[in-house]
Amino acid sequence: MKVIKIDKKDWAGGIEKIQSSYRLYGPVKSDAFHDFKALEKGELPDLNFSNTRVSPKSVVYPQSEVMFEYSLDEKDAEHHILKDAAKDYSPKAVLGIRPCDAASFLLVKRNFDTPEYKDPYWIKSYEATTFVGYACNNPCATCFCTTAGSGPFNEEGLDVLLVDEGDCYYAKVITSKGESLLNAAGWKTGADGGAPDKIAALEKEAGSRIASSVTTGRLKDKKTTELYEAPFWEDVSFACINCGTCTYLCPTCWCFDIQDENSGCSGVRMRNWDSCMFPLFTIHGTGHNPRGTKLQRVRQRFMHKLKYYVDKYDNGIQCVGCGRCIRSCPVNIDIRKVCDMMNSYDPKACACPAK
Amino acid sequence: MIKGGIKVLNPYMPYPVRIDEIITETEDRNLKTFKFVFLNPGDEEKFSYRAGQFAELSVTGKGEIPIGIASSPTEKGFVKFTVNKVGLVSSYLHSMKVGDIMGIRGPLGNSYPWDTLEGKNVVIIGGGFAFTTLRSSIIFMLDPANRKKFKNINVIYGARSPGMLLYRDELAAWEKRDDINMHITVDAVNDPDWKYNVGFVPAITEKKAPSADADTYAIICGPPIMIKFTQPVLDKLGYGHDQIIMSLENRMKCGIGMCGRCNIGKEFVCKDGPVFTLAQLNATPREY
Repeated sequence: MKVIKIDKKDWAGGIEKIQSSYRLYGPVKSDAFHDFKALEKGELPDLNFSNTRVSPKSVVYPQSEVMFEYSLDEKDAEHHILKDAAKDYSPKAVLGIRPCDAASFLLVKRNFDTPEYKDPYWIKSYEATTFVGYACNNPCATCFCTTAGSGPFNEEGLDVLLVDEGDCYYAKVITSKGESLLNAAGWKTGADGGAPDKIAALEKEAGSRIASSVTTGRLKDKKTTELYEAPFWEDVSFACINCGTCTYLCPTCWCFDIQDENSGCSGVRMRNWDSCMFPLFTIHGTGHNPRGTKLQRVRQRFMHKLKYYVDKYDNGIQCVGCGRCIRSCPVNIDIRKVCDMMNSYDPKACACPAK
Repeated sequence: MIKGGIKVLNPYMPYPVRIDEIITETEDRNLKTFKFVFLNPGDEEKFSYRAGQFAELSVTGKGEIPIGIASSPTEKGFVKFTVNKVGLVSSYLHSMKVGDIMGIRGPLGNSYPWDTLEGKNVVIIGGGFAFTTLRSSIIFMLDPANRKKFKNINVIYGARSPGMLLYRDELAAWEKRDDINMHITVDAVNDPDWKYNVGFVPAITEKKAPSADADTYAIICGPPIMIKFTQPVLDKLGYGHDQIIMSLENRMKCGIGMCGRCNIGKEFVCKDGPVFTLAQLNATPREY
């Protein structure tokens, strides 16, 4: 694999060059947190971060997005007929995305790019994006990527992987899309022959620092209805306040709502991130709600990520181990613990009193 | 203008339609049937559907609602939906007029399992306003080109009162035919001239439904309470759970298995359903 060496003194110049042909997104610090933002001309991504508070999913999948426009004015020739909203699918790049977050797009793609239906907004936006990853030399205490199908130097979902090596970055060229971006930046100097060994050493070191893990191997063999009826959901959901922070921050949560929003005689049909934590998500017109209690909603979130997804795609869990939901949960609900409970659940061994 | 990117058909874009006719179906005026005509000539063909599928009715400026298709694929030139007045979109739709422009997105979901049902006895059990896709199915099966593909057809359909039955003219016409056995019932009636059954759907099912054999399938569609009490009757009559076919409803937005809200376990009611066998439902969480 080709490795480019980027001298840090050439960093700012390269970024500026990239911006002439790409819309660039990167981590930016505001208040106490980093988040991914569109970078202004000349603005540099701030790579002095462990990970952003909110995942970079919005780079491909905006929190709020206009799908259609319409006129309600009967004097207009095509009133009440939806028209495609203006969209910009010109090339964009996200710089400094962590490998776990990059891997999340491959998981989410399974939802939006199916044999039967293609979500044009997500797919076009995803295909327009070049993913420049940033290897984690210092993972956080809540990271469990290595047991969630990813890793601090994982390359899946990336076009380039940057590795910080003191006064330079090594850039592993993973796809031709990534190579085009490096060319656009003018970063072309091949790394010295020792680079792969240095990268491998950093990767080993980072891997050894991942202190937490999940066990997932038996999830697939569990019976859905048995896990669904497991007694531990009462305990898991007890403290939950259904704030939705977990789903909002999560790189692999993709649920959305569609709403019409009018202003005078015109309006837009838009889609917005939604959350299985909210009762309105599933309430019927009649008032009946199949997931009317918080236990049902908390169970849905974990069952979706750790059982339904596992069964549906046979490709691991719907989680990349970024740890955001653990760090930001106001009541300390920990997906690692829930995952282990589900993975080791045996209804016959359960000592709880029968209901 | 779309800048860059690949060409993908947009599954969120409805076909524009005009309301061609509105029929108030029930005495409480809460159910209306809307007959739609496609504005663009090619769209009717693109909207080719099977009985049991649904569509998102798109009321511009209000939103979309998933509604079962009440017309049959054998009826050409229009599509029909019977809509109960419940929420924001359906209430607004009830105030709309013939000639108004809106949209239809679909067809969506699977359908009743017509390949399996071919050559079989079909028992249709419906209650209240959940008779729409059942009407579609009956019209489809009674079509001269299709009738010979099915053996006996029995229909048990009940409503609270005679005035709450949908499609009353058609019910009367089917009563007169000898190639379909109709068992219409109402919960209660004051009319001394009422010539059909009186009683709840489960009780009428027990009396009138043919007992089960390998060649007999039941399609049930109705309010949860009706389903709850009809299922034991079918069990008693010997119907296997893969011979009991049900159509579910859940809150939906996308209709194509992406927005995440209508799932029962790993299945999406919108895309993998809305039609499931009871055997399938037994293996999934009952979140509907």
